[in-house]
Amino acid sequence: MPHRLLKFALSKKHPEPRMFRAPTELKSEYDAVIIGGGGHGLAAAYYLAKDHGITNVAILEKGYIGGGGTGRNTAIIRSNYLTPEGIRFYQGSVELFQDLSRELNLNLFYSKRGHFTLAHSPASLRTQRWRAEVNKHLGIDSRVVTPEFIKETVPEIDLHVGGHQAPIHGALYHPPGAVARHDAVAWGYARGADRRGVEIHQRTAVTDIEIRDGAVAGVHTDKGFIKTRKVLSAVAGWTTHITPMVGLRTPLVIHPLQAMVTEPLKPWLNSIVVSASLHLYVSQSSRGELVAGASLDPYELISMRSTLDFAEGMSTGLLDLFPCLGDIKVLRQWAGLCDMTPDFSPIMGVTPIKGFYIDAGWGTWGFKATPISGKTMAFTMAEDRDHKLIEAFSLSRFKRLELVGEKGAASVGH
Amino acid sequence: MPLRSGISIMKIITCPINGPRPLQEFHFGGEVRTMPDPNSATDEQWADYVFNREGEPGLKREWWYHVPSGTWFIAERDNRTDEFVRTFLYGAEECDG
Repeated sequence: MPHRLLKFALSKKHPEPRMFRAPTELKSEYDAVIIGGGGHGLAAAYYLAKDHGITNVAILEKGYIGGGGTGRNTAIIRSNYLTPEGIRFYQGSVELFQDLSRELNLNLFYSKRGHFTLAHSPASLRTQRWRAEVNKHLGIDSRVVTPEFIKETVPEIDLHVGGHQAPIHGALYHPPGAVARHDAVAWGYARGADRRGVEIHQRTAVTDIEIRDGAVAGVHTDKGFIKTRKVLSAVAGWTTHITPMVGLRTPLVIHPLQAMVTEPLKPWLNSIVVSASLHLYVSQSSRGELVAGASLDPYELISMRSTLDFAEGMSTGLLDLFPCLGDIKVLRQWAGLCDMTPDFSPIMGVTPIKGFYIDAGWGTWGFKATPISGKTMAFTMAEDRDHKLIEAFSLSRFKRLELVGEKGAASVGH
Repeated sequence: MPLRSGISIMKIITCPINGPRPLQEFHFGGEVRTMPDPNSATDEQWADYVFNREGEPGLKREWWYHVPSGTWFIAERDNRTDEFVRTFLYGAEECDG
């Protein structure tokens, strides 16, 4: 190493720039407290500061930012959902994502790839056609394509799935489908919020929430009590740790979902390929690794352990779809926590407790919603009423029996 | 679950009828819940029964199904550690499974 470079590296005059400050002490009072320093919480803080001028905000994160669902998903962005409510919401997110690298002044490696949802049966093709028609009606670029089109776009695919599964009958094709670097989304929002005055407190756990006369009065943490009238719970897979603190009953149950990456390969898979029947979705990251995710683990568990069952099942499915991967090694596997709702839509907005806002039920669809969820939850907190885009996702929908059924648009059959 | 040697090889669940069997033979049936009387329950009570769950971390009482033998039974399981504390047939709460 040249002497000059070494001198520069060791010089205190040029410290490594940090993305955001690390405040050591909590203030005694904040205008709003956000529990959870994942993409959603950080985005909500960013838009609270940027759109609504509320900057006296603390984000409390038990671990480190982006260490939960934000850093454990497979980073797919799409808006080809099934219900008009879902489509409008996720389309809002796609539109924000498309300009987000510029807005946050950080390269998010947002990469438009095209998204195939394979159909292995006439019944599945019917669902894909239904989705395509609802999508088109709402102006989303989405259509049903033939096996020939799939083979032409992804020549490595085996349309007969190794003869072990029903062959591919067609697919729902969604050209705007994209991937992005999920960690960068968290860092970008964190920096944007921090620069506007928001405090990010990592390794700060919430132990209880103080409710007085049906309204939020403050938050107890392992570093002391904070007075505040507005609290947002944006902890997705950890939501059932928080809801008992405010006495809120929800339909949420937690399942792990596992994913894995292979060793890096030269770019060959441009599209995102999803197979509900094989319970897998796969794309190639900018680093060349194949990122593959499965369906939920088959029973409830609040633990991020990995299993051999998953690695075997996922490898089998991948080989049936792409026989060329026979010699490719798995680099690592991991699990994330999914807070599942009965209708596969999120739970967002105001709650019966004044000043307690919820952003949960993110199951397997949370990453793609990061920008729009931040924007709409910031509005909801600032105005103390649900943003129009999230009215349908209110917790009260279960009491009214007005569910928003998105199970047919979940990437794989869960 | 550790075997007698203390080496953990595979996940084992004790079926109250068939004894210790591998996890792959079982199907998860969800939380044990008490149905309110449909004739007297309010809409709100009914919706609460249909949708809401005890999703918080802790010891849970759940339905499990041993697929090869068609046995439904109840398991007490910690949903943080995945430890099965005990399993027993419905109505046999007093007997240790």
